Amino acid sequence: MIYSMEYESMDKQDLEQLQIERLQATLHRAYRNVSFYRSLYDKEGIEIASLRSLKDLKKLPFTTKNDLRQSYPYEAFAVPLRDIVRIHSTSGTTGKPIVVGYTKNDLKTWSSLVARVLSAAGVTGHDFVQIAFDYSLSTGGFGFHYGAEKIGASVIPYSGDDVMKQIQVMKDYRTTTLVSTPGYALHVASLMEETGRDSQELNLSIGLFGSEPWSENLRNEIESRLKIEAFDNYGLTEIIGPGVAFECEQHSGLHVNEDHFILEIINPDTLEEIPLGEPGELVFTTLTKEGFPLIRYRTGDISSLVEGDCACGRTTARIQRISGRTDDMIIVDGRNIFPSNIEEILFEIEGVEPHFQIVLTREEGLDIIELKVEVTPNFLPFDEIRKVQVFQEKIAHLMTSQLGIHARITLAEPKSLKRSTGEKIKRVRDLRR
Amino acid sequence: MIRIRNLEAGYDKLKVLKGISLHVNHGEIVTIIGANGAGKSTLLNTIASLISPSSGEIFLQGKDVTGAPPDRIVKEGCVLVPEGRQLFPTMTVRENLILGAYTLYGRKKGKEAISNLEGIYEMFPILEERHAQLAGTLSGGEQQMVAIGRGLMSNPNLIMMDEPSMGLAPLIVKDIFKVVKTLRDQGKTVLIVEQNAKAALEIADRGYVMETGSLVLEGSSEDLLDNNDVRRAYLGKDYKEFTDMGGTE
Repeated sequence: MIYSMEYESMDKQDLEQLQIERLQATLHRAYRNVSFYRSLYDKEGIEIASLRSLKDLKKLPFTTKNDLRQSYPYEAFAVPLRDIVRIHSTSGTTGKPIVVGYTKNDLKTWSSLVARVLSAAGVTGHDFVQIAFDYSLSTGGFGFHYGAEKIGASVIPYSGDDVMKQIQVMKDYRTTTLVSTPGYALHVASLMEETGRDSQELNLSIGLFGSEPWSENLRNEIESRLKIEAFDNYGLTEIIGPGVAFECEQHSGLHVNEDHFILEIINPDTLEEIPLGEPGELVFTTLTKEGFPLIRYRTGDISSLVEGDCACGRTTARIQRISGRTDDMIIVDGRNIFPSNIEEILFEIEGVEPHFQIVLTREEGLDIIELKVEVTPNFLPFDEIRKVQVFQEKIAHLMTSQLGIHARITLAEPKSLKRSTGEKIKRVRDLRR
Repeated sequence: MIRIRNLEAGYDKLKVLKGISLHVNHGEIVTIIGANGAGKSTLLNTIASLISPSSGEIFLQGKDVTGAPPDRIVKEGCVLVPEGRQLFPTMTVRENLILGAYTLYGRKKGKEAISNLEGIYEMFPILEERHAQLAGTLSGGEQQMVAIGRGLMSNPNLIMMDEPSMGLAPLIVKDIFKVVKTLRDQGKTVLIVEQNAKAALEIADRGYVMETGSLVLEGSSEDLLDNNDVRRAYLGKDYKEFTDMGGTE
């Protein structure tokens, strides 16, 4: 279902008008109220009034994570602190956290944007929505909580930790919708199988997964093991949290809430706009945020635009599922590789789990990539060296033929590598420096 | 209905509008709120082509009318009910109203004008009673009704109103705003500029906040009423009441 016909199915010309109006207003507010933007634009001699079309946005400098870190905690807020009613923050995995303030209206906007996400997945007021994100400084739990309440669903704010108890609550409360990371959903499926429970015991029919990159294969696996329809969604705390982009029933890319965010896709090295359909770094400009407006914010997330119109009736731009992060991107022998590329291939190999680690080293000036892969518990030939070698060669061959990388394959014992339970996992160790 | 991009206008060297972009959809009431001197009236006067813009675009129902003569704007279905009513005080109510139909000259159009006049008498029965009275002798509220009625005589789609509540008693203001709502219910589109921000936001669907020649906020009326900047700057007294209650809104 389309939650906001008026805005999600807007005529392209009307959308452009709305975007330019909201952009001009946002720039005025950011310039007047945020010293970071004022000094940046003054220094570069940028006149806000000279921004007359969406194309002119390119004249403005980017905002980076580092810029926001230097504004820690409150310097980048655009309203007096007494108008802030909520504070969230990024996890700070890669540095000082970024603190984000929400006004009363920001929370309202957020709720209705997540309501769009849930409606597009078919969630209605009759559903029981169980949220397995932590309710904390991060935005996943609260965002989905508000969105689900907004459409009148029954919200079960379970949070993340104990998976066994989570499953019990899902069964007892007749939960129909699970909101979590894809990794967590896989964990749920595995634990149910290990403890001899059937997914049919649950009433689960819809899953909304996000906050970490995942693949089409992982979707198929979750869907078949939990007997649900799985939907991807995308968002980040700096922009608003969940509610930036989401899948509809067509599962053909994620619709961007363009009436609230302007999307650009750039080449992270040259910072130039990327040709339609090619992958690049997502850059967002907020159009309605009052507390924490961002102009040309570089997300570090990699995706590409989907061409053409969606059959669902929404007219908003679509992006492919996030394939990785610019900081996860490994450059080996001049090739750009994302961990998600490797995950895709591992899914197709019988006998290994999609759990892996990449270690990069350099020997005599050459890049060496070591791929540690976890085998399934029923992987038998551990004691037959010849068979293990053949198996390793098979994986290595697939990496060469599909990704063009020459990797040394190491097999790891079942459950020996770190798993995703909601927090970010580091899959790449770069020891080359 | 109307779409404006990067409109700039002013008086001689004084630039009042510094790149205004706004739109009004069919059947909406949209309000522009802002302090005195922000440029609200200049904006309406520029749309009505009483002031010619130095740059930017104005599209009425998809047609580019930037720089068109004022009577063309009226023919395209857009009228201005000006600030301070601007009636002809020594002419009768009926004569003032008829003047609003000046674009309806020519054969058969006369009939249309008469039927519009009947419609206006229906909406404001008091004006029919006073049709022969000199406009200058009417009360402020009645004069405002004549000004609105005169605007409606050309059967417009978009009615722009500049400070319709100015100088009127609170009870009369209520009546005037009720009329605005009725117009919307009849399928008209209304763009209204008001210093009485609270009253305007209460009837409007959307609003823009104007500060020194620029629009700094766009949103639903509900969101604007919840915005603390708007509360502090334009809702004055009500904002104080809100804080005096110790936050128990």
